[in-house]
Amino acid sequence: MTAPPRDERALRFIDERISAGKPVRKALRYVFPDHWSFMLGEVALYSFVVLVATGVFLALFFEPSLGTRIYDGPYVPLQGREVTGAYDSALRLSFEVPAGLLMRQTHHWAADVFVVAIVLHLMRIFFTGAFRKPRELNYLVGVTLLALAVLEGFLGYSLLDDLLSGMGLAIGYGVALSIPLIGGDVAHLIWAGEFPGADVIQPRLFIGHVFLLPAAIAGLIGAHLALIARTRHTQFRGEGATEGTVVGSPMWPGYALRSIALFLLVAAILVALGGLVQINPIWQWGPYEPWQGTNGAQPDWYLGWLIGALRIAPPVDLVVGGYTVVPEPFWGGVLFPTIVFGVLYLWPWIEERLITRDTSRHELLDRPRDNPGRTAVGAAFFAWVVTIFAAGAADRAFLSVGIPYITQVWIFRGAIFVVPVVVFVVARRIARGLAAAEAHPLRGWTGEVVERREDGGYTAVTDGRDPSLHEPPARPRA
Amino acid sequence: MRRLWAAIALLAALVNGRRRPPAPAAPEAPEEGRTFAKETGAPAAVERLVAALLLLSAAASLTFAGLVTAGADTQALGIALALALFLGGTALAVTANRIVPREQAVERRPDLGDAQARADVRERVAVTTEGVSRRRLLGVAGATAGGALAAAVVAPVTALGPAVGNSIADTPWHRGRRLVGEDGVPLTADDVPLTSFVTAFPESADRRELGSPVVLVREEPASLRLPPGRADWAPEGILAFSKICTHAGCAIALYRQPLYEPTSDPPGLACPCHYSVFDTRRGGKVVAGPAGRALPQLPLELGPGRELRAAGGFSGPIGPSWWGVRKA
Repeated sequence: MTAPPRDERALRFIDERISAGKPVRKALRYVFPDHWSFMLGEVALYSFVVLVATGVFLALFFEPSLGTRIYDGPYVPLQGREVTGAYDSALRLSFEVPAGLLMRQTHHWAADVFVVAIVLHLMRIFFTGAFRKPRELNYLVGVTLLALAVLEGFLGYSLLDDLLSGMGLAIGYGVALSIPLIGGDVAHLIWAGEFPGADVIQPRLFIGHVFLLPAAIAGLIGAHLALIARTRHTQFRGEGATEGTVVGSPMWPGYALRSIALFLLVAAILVALGGLVQINPIWQWGPYEPWQGTNGAQPDWYLGWLIGALRIAPPVDLVVGGYTVVPEPFWGGVLFPTIVFGVLYLWPWIEERLITRDTSRHELLDRPRDNPGRTAVGAAFFAWVVTIFAAGAADRAFLSVGIPYITQVWIFRGAIFVVPVVVFVVARRIARGLAAAEAHPLRGWTGEVVERREDGGYTAVTDGRDPSLHEPPARPRA
Repeated sequence: MRRLWAAIALLAALVNGRRRPPAPAAPEAPEEGRTFAKETGAPAAVERLVAALLLLSAAASLTFAGLVTAGADTQALGIALALALFLGGTALAVTANRIVPREQAVERRPDLGDAQARADVRERVAVTTEGVSRRRLLGVAGATAGGALAAAVVAPVTALGPAVGNSIADTPWHRGRRLVGEDGVPLTADDVPLTSFVTAFPESADRRELGSPVVLVREEPASLRLPPGRADWAPEGILAFSKICTHAGCAIALYRQPLYEPTSDPPGLACPCHYSVFDTRRGGKVVAGPAGRALPQLPLELGPGRELRAAGGFSGPIGPSWWGVRKA
């Protein structure tokens, strides 16, 4: 008797111990729909993998300490300067550790791409109605992941104790203080006293950035994927794709290979950026002291919406009986993000209760035009946030375009009311127009014109006439 | 940014390939796991291409490893590793789209929700209180114990930091305290020029405390319009303000001077974080930006040798506003 092949023996060893055969058999046949937009969430996932890989390397060198010493490394302009352990170790990581700067810059780029991919993925989910029953819970997990990713990024670049990270933390302290009633105590708990805080602040930021938040993000990513597998993917209507079935590439071999390919390509782009495109050169910013600041400071892109809100918020402290109940940075720093995330979190229920009154299960995606109301609200909401984001760059715009800064502030204060209304009307009109015409916005009308013959049958018109001359077919409303 | 979009588009094309779902092989109802379209067969040229890509990727990987040990530049390292990843990824994408069987399969979606299971769950849970007479008592006692335990577990959180108290309002400034520059040398009136600002600290105090740093500017005494009660706060027109913005706590780092007095805006100190602008001549009043209250002013006096000294504490609470800031 010949021995069974080696892969059969390995498989049997596992299967007869943990009974992995059945679930693996099912997993290999798991069907993934083929649509380019489904790639966005995967790009976010793979950015996170790159973040963990590079982050572990960085953590082996970084020293989360505010204890001071004299810099004596190879970067001449800072030699002899008093620096903190955090800043010093980040400099040594950048200049002295082999591949250290590549890892640091790749990590930073991966963080920026991570949040880009999450936001684009969220827009895909929103505009196609993928958050509807039965996927509301997974949508909540996703929105939470966005919030955690932004916070994690902020903590990450706040760790290094360079000038920009210190300015960011100062703003964070000001915003925490502004929370009505409890703000002072919240800020004192986080910073172990007044800003810039006791020495423990640095280990606190560090453990948050390298353990608490990554663990939460990783756990929620696991939940996100498990919930998708539970319900299967959503899909656009098509051949084989119905409310009851999903069609696409099975996990093995095609999909898995493609997905690994995507991982490698995402990693390739991030490493190329990390190697070739400088990001956050902390040696140019210098070490932070609370009495120092620099003009033209901009945070990482995913905090731009908050700096914009902080800059154009009204200069109003709400004072009642002598007490500053709601001090200024609250409007832009607390209220605005609360509104944005509040709307995101509640949207599935806002839509279900107030707009569509549709509580049935939806496995097939809407095209954005299929629900002009949602598309218009989403576009207006997004335009509102983007307008406020742009306000955060008004100081740069002043330098490049020359419109006085204060004038721009007033333009933006008006624009945040006007832009969403205009975008709402335009988006709804476009969506309704596309729905009526059945045209693809990029490919034109894709239908086929048929004419009824005298015998009652139909013939496709192939005489080269412009199909747009014909009345487009009316589409039954779902 | 444009490069990023181009890269995303390229990724989409490369990974997704040019597949459109083929027409179903048979029109009957879909079955779980049923393949309804399958393409096999790989051109030999494509197989050779993939092998070449994989070998080139290996070469780039080894190059990267060699460069790391040689201590090469960040750029060379980035190119080598990115190339290794890119070639490997391309090889896999081509493999998926041209070499291995390309299948389209249909899977039935799972049923969600089972009324019988829910009924069983409720029944099982209801068993809990079978034959129990003092349900309410036990429930209240249990909730009390749980709540108390939660409070006990949360209590150590208060150890993270001190209660807010008055620490924010306290500053090292008091009458007679000398002003020193960044080099620690006491400042005299001559150290403050007309066209720029000077950062100063209280002599022998903790500089990192938010109440410490002040910014000094000099204005023509005749141009000052200070609030009532501050007439003698600015000897020779030298004004001192807290350097910490009352908006969000960044350091004031910009000083705006009129280009042409009759038509330009008056002089102002500005914070580079959110561009709150404070009018120096009017005692730090907010003239633009989001700050909700004036920049606190520090009264100055001239000591022997025209050295600068504080003549008292700040005109108001320093740093970002919060609940504890009292306003008239």
